[in-house]
Amino acid sequence: MIALLRDVFTTLVLFLRTFGAMNIFFLQLLLYTPATMVRRFRLVVAQVHNAGALSIVIIIVSGLFVGGVLGLQAYSNLERFNAEDTVGIFVAFALVKEIGPVISALLFAGRAGTALASEIGLMKATDQLAAMEMMAVNPVRRVVVPRFLGGVISMPILTAIFTTVGLLGGHLVAVELLGVDVGAFWQQMQQTLELSDVNEGIIKSLVFGLVASLVAVWEGYNAIPTAEGVGRATTRTVVVTAIAVLFFDFMITAAVL
Amino acid sequence: MQQTRTVELGTGLFVLLGIGSLFFLTTQTTGQHDFAADETFEVQARFENVGSLKTRAPVSMSGVTIGRVTEIEFDGETLEAVVTFVIDRRYDKIPDDSDATVLTAGLLGSQYIGLQAGGSETYLEDGSEVLFTQSAVVLENLIGKYLFDRDSGDGG
Amino acid sequence: MGPSGAGKTTLLQLITRQLVPDRGHIIIDGTDIGTLNQKELYALRRRFGMLFQHGALLTDLNVFENVAFPLREHTRLSNRLIRHVVLTKLHAVGLRGAADMMPRELSGGMARRVALARAMVMDPDILIYDEPFVGLDPISMGVIVRLVRRMNESLGITSIVVSHDVKEINEVADCSYLISNGKVAASGSPEELRKQSSKLVRQFMHGMADGPVAFHYPAPDYEEQLLGRDGK
Repeated sequence: MIALLRDVFTTLVLFLRTFGAMNIFFLQLLLYTPATMVRRFRLVVAQVHNAGALSIVIIIVSGLFVGGVLGLQAYSNLERFNAEDTVGIFVAFALVKEIGPVISALLFAGRAGTALASEIGLMKATDQLAAMEMMAVNPVRRVVVPRFLGGVISMPILTAIFTTVGLLGGHLVAVELLGVDVGAFWQQMQQTLELSDVNEGIIKSLVFGLVASLVAVWEGYNAIPTAEGVGRATTRTVVVTAIAVLFFDFMITAAVL
Repeated sequence: MQQTRTVELGTGLFVLLGIGSLFFLTTQTTGQHDFAADETFEVQARFENVGSLKTRAPVSMSGVTIGRVTEIEFDGETLEAVVTFVIDRRYDKIPDDSDATVLTAGLLGSQYIGLQAGGSETYLEDGSEVLFTQSAVVLENLIGKYLFDRDSGDGG
Repeated sequence: MGPSGAGKTTLLQLITRQLVPDRGHIIIDGTDIGTLNQKELYALRRRFGMLFQHGALLTDLNVFENVAFPLREHTRLSNRLIRHVVLTKLHAVGLRGAADMMPRELSGGMARRVALARAMVMDPDILIYDEPFVGLDPISMGVIVRLVRRMNESLGITSIVVSHDVKEINEVADCSYLISNGKVAASGSPEELRKQSSKLVRQFMHGMADGPVAFHYPAPDYEEQLLGRDGK
């Protein structure tokens, strides 16, 4: 019994320490951000390319299917009330406020987050970070911050693309396939959705971008520098990001409502 | 160098696509025919009950949207709902004895304000008030009334 | 020198303050490096060149940019001057022709030579080699040994080489320290070391399987464990 309590206690302490260290790391990244944006802008651009532009295929394909499935579900349920004209509202609300930001963040964690974590972890495992340190170059500034910023910048863009493509996917299924009136689809949506709904989605994507990028670079930078350690870091990136994103999703939604 | 160019090109396209999407989201999914402030005039109406009317709900006449609700307040003195809405400046020949009703689009749809033309020679203008109003039909009240009527019908 | 796990790499990391000592002081040119702040430490490190065990080239840059990396980070030299310096250093290690290759295209020996060029590019006062001979074929090994010796003689810099390859060390070292269990077991020129009579030194210098560093990792009694009498 006492052993169990002690285990719980040490786990709790360990969690708090990790959490604290992560926040300090986050502040450090923010501190280095202005100088990085000015002096190493090219590196940031390269990382926007890596994290964002290279994720675009998965984002577009997933967006199309998610939007389509939302249209299908909404139609089959609303049809029973003869309310299929409101399919557009349903699809838009779901995509703009919840599904767009959340699924984009999860896909980002799977595509870009794991790539970031394993890349940084491998650089650590192959002494590249130590080599920079020995060349009097701060690896956090040179390696971590540009990657972090690349992720932070890419996330809202990816979310916007995902949501837009999702709406088009919903349109494709509901209007082209199931025969909902095109005017009703878009007009109902426009009359119901407000700018604040779109803003909620944007705020979420910004927060998720910070969270997902931070988790990825943190896990990579603190990976145990072996092949096994890097593998575990990538797994943890996905798990921790997923939990953190869903947690923040709930918090933001609760705060907005 | 070739590689740098690909990276820059890809990133540029990516960011442009993002900005385009954002533009699409802000303009195409939300109320698109927004009535700009300088092309509208403001009118008020008092209702006993506005039901679930929301700001930005459309104001329509003969089924055409001519304006939008901008504000819904509760007057603590008269215990009425005060609804402020704007109407497109082009429609300056709306009789000031027109009546305003809170209507529902379809059985379960969202609510909007419908204007019914009156016969007056003077017209609505900025700051005027629509005097004749009908409250929203609240489904529960309707059902309650129906039940009550039936009961009393049985009795008589 | 020293057997695996003796603390050689730890010592290097202490010297370069990748690790901070729990006790004691490390003094380089009269300054205690434990007291330096990050800025002073980075200033000191610019006087170091370090060759990592597997080269530690930056995988996203090509050979040329890898060697140019310290110059681009720390100096405001023109592109032409950087090009000149980098090609000179690459020529010195015989890899001027590989300037456009990516690190993943290099063999182990070539990667290490590029890393050596990179370590020298800032003209350091002290060059540190961490296990420079590990995992190389005999030809590459010969090349590296030659390079290490030539750097030392022609540039007049201090070199610290950590290794457990007795033969190669004897070729390049003026003075060796044999480390075991975190302590200096013996020191002196290669000849002096060879003449040492201590059992540990002899085991290491001649590569004997058993001796003070035992063949068997500490274990319970063999017979008892086999017969299951240790209570498990």
